[in-house]
Amino acid sequence: MTRDDPLCRVLYVDLSRHRFEVADRCDLFEEALGGAGVGIRLLEEECPSGTDPLAPGNPVVLAVGPLVGHFPLASKTVAMFKSPHTGNLGESHAGGRSAVAIRMSGYGAIVLRGESATPVYLAIDGDTVHFRDASALWGLRSTYTVGAVLRERETGSGYRSILRIGRAGERGVTYAAVVVDTYRHFGRLGLGAVFGAKRLKGIVVSGRRALPVSDRAAYARTYDEVFRAATDSPLMRKYHELGTSMNVLPLNEIGALPTRNLKEARFEGAEAISGERFSETLLGRRLACAHCPVACIHLAALRTPHPNEPYFYKTSMLGYDYEPTYALGSLLGVADPAGVLRLNDEVEVQGLDAISTGVVLAWATEALERGLVSTTDTDGLPLTWGDWATYIRAVERIVSQPTDFYRALARGAEHAASIYGGEEFALALGGNEIAGYHTGPAYTLTMLGGARHSHLDSAGYAVDQKAAASGKALVPEKVAAALLDEERSRQVLSSLVVCFFARGVYTPETVVRALSSVGIQRTPEDLARLGAETLARKHAFKAREGFDPASLRIPSRILETPTPLGPIDADFIRRALAQFR
Amino acid sequence: MQADRLPEGRTEKLMAKRLSVVDVDRCVGCMSCMFACARRLGHGGLAGSCIAVHSAGGMRKGFVVIVCRACPDPPCSHVCPTGALTVRPGGGVHLNADLCIGCQACAQACPFGAVSWDDEQAKPQICVYCGFCSQYCPYDVVALEEIPQGAGG
Repeated sequence: MTRDDPLCRVLYVDLSRHRFEVADRCDLFEEALGGAGVGIRLLEEECPSGTDPLAPGNPVVLAVGPLVGHFPLASKTVAMFKSPHTGNLGESHAGGRSAVAIRMSGYGAIVLRGESATPVYLAIDGDTVHFRDASALWGLRSTYTVGAVLRERETGSGYRSILRIGRAGERGVTYAAVVVDTYRHFGRLGLGAVFGAKRLKGIVVSGRRALPVSDRAAYARTYDEVFRAATDSPLMRKYHELGTSMNVLPLNEIGALPTRNLKEARFEGAEAISGERFSETLLGRRLACAHCPVACIHLAALRTPHPNEPYFYKTSMLGYDYEPTYALGSLLGVADPAGVLRLNDEVEVQGLDAISTGVVLAWATEALERGLVSTTDTDGLPLTWGDWATYIRAVERIVSQPTDFYRALARGAEHAASIYGGEEFALALGGNEIAGYHTGPAYTLTMLGGARHSHLDSAGYAVDQKAAASGKALVPEKVAAALLDEERSRQVLSSLVVCFFARGVYTPETVVRALSSVGIQRTPEDLARLGAETLARKHAFKAREGFDPASLRIPSRILETPTPLGPIDADFIRRALAQFR
Repeated sequence: MQADRLPEGRTEKLMAKRLSVVDVDRCVGCMSCMFACARRLGHGGLAGSCIAVHSAGGMRKGFVVIVCRACPDPPCSHVCPTGALTVRPGGGVHLNADLCIGCQACAQACPFGAVSWDDEQAKPQICVYCGFCSQYCPYDVVALEEIPQGAGG
């Protein structure tokens, strides 16, 4: 890369002593570009074997990449940490304005070490880091309010990103999120709880600088090529028009939409909570991540009457996406769009991961239904499918934890089931609650074997759906190989921090041209090697921390409820998993 | 000075045109316009952008898009103590950077906040009415338009 590019600069923040330093880490960025590649290397350096995820020794790495600020759709920040939810590798990606703001502040990565004695938030602006007292913000009910306070108190409007946790992170819920700007998150694997343990309430980061290019003409040409491809592609258009909620109806149609804790895979209320219905009746505004022309973020304008005063209404702008709609909709039997939105809003207010929260509540509902727990455990709440108003109260209790039962729920479905029973219907794979794709064995393998137990690791649902369309039988070893190949290639995108939605736009050839125009020479083979090595490093980290694919738990519910490819065969999964070592 | 601030390959003089915020409600906050304006100068990032987008008090409330309106009688020019900002025929201003002493009076005088500031150069950043930003707005929020005869700004 060109010499005056600030990407190599890593900001090390010592939260224990309220000090910071900047180091030149060109060694890392030249080797691994940024994002996941640099993130796992920094995690290796910073996180000793056996580190307690909620102890000061657990670092948080936030990494961006060389194309951020140069090219559209390079819009993600990769967070690396040890997860308090799985006790192993924590990796979560967020968009919003985070990546551009970190890059514009003059850093390629931020490393957070130690823990503060009192609550603080960080204001990072160019060469300074301010440690601001956040005592008064600690315990605020809503992450929206925290965002509003930071917005008012700090400068950089239009050039900044605001990260913060809610009460869920403060109180150590192991699937607490970090809310990014508004409506985006480091959702999965509990980064919010790690922030909370560090007494780090939030980060405001801003900047506006020039980024050097090495070939102006090539840069302008490649920019236009990427920009046009992103704005002209039919897939991107769909992400814009309907958003990710476009998945509700097709998945329901094929019988892959987990419903009522996956007792079923078709939801009679799917139409009511579909992307099409939301767009027609509730869509109020779309938002984009910084430097992304697609604008897939959808907000519903929900008008609700005041309970006591006639002719008084409030209109709230509430985010919706496929995953929360599945987790807080079909999986809980909620078919009322307003109910899904309001439940998701409470999740946002508390600063939780929507997927894990929905799965945990679904397990709790079935546990109550089967008599494994009583309404004494639930603090009097009669959790019932479809009763979103009660679920809203339960979400608050997962955070405030008035009973042992909620203390258990605050650590995830698998943990709660290990205490109360019902493990066969606790829908977590690899310790992480499932996303909403009951398409077949490949998806199940993505969740089990993927390095971060995310549906996005290798998108097994695409493999399943291709098999369903072609009618060809899947072979375990081949499925495993295809998923590992996909996961390796996604390491390149996540090292460049290009949004996975743009994977069709950023082909290896396009990536090579884009990098070259900003002074980084790579071949497609170099990129493939980086992807393979990055995944191998993640696997090595996980093995060191005790991860063993052979001992993974597979809840029988997932095997029993038929997918479009029929019931999932446990032997198939075991044979395929043997390839993940 | 002005010619090299036009986009790559563009040298023609654009007269009596200005940027217009056509429909701010369609703005999604993608900042493509801001990146385009900075790219016009031959680099990436956001430095030098003469168009600004920020939330209207949080993204829940949408966005504010700030462009130079090419006033026929521009206050930025009135307050310039050195005559560095001269009125362009048809409206708007032209910056003669050699005369500018970096006092920021122009930035303070613009009621729209459309004079942004280049901290490194200690100079204002003045829109050159090239419309490059509008070519990258996917939702037709901003457009380059002819200034109507006798327009009041």
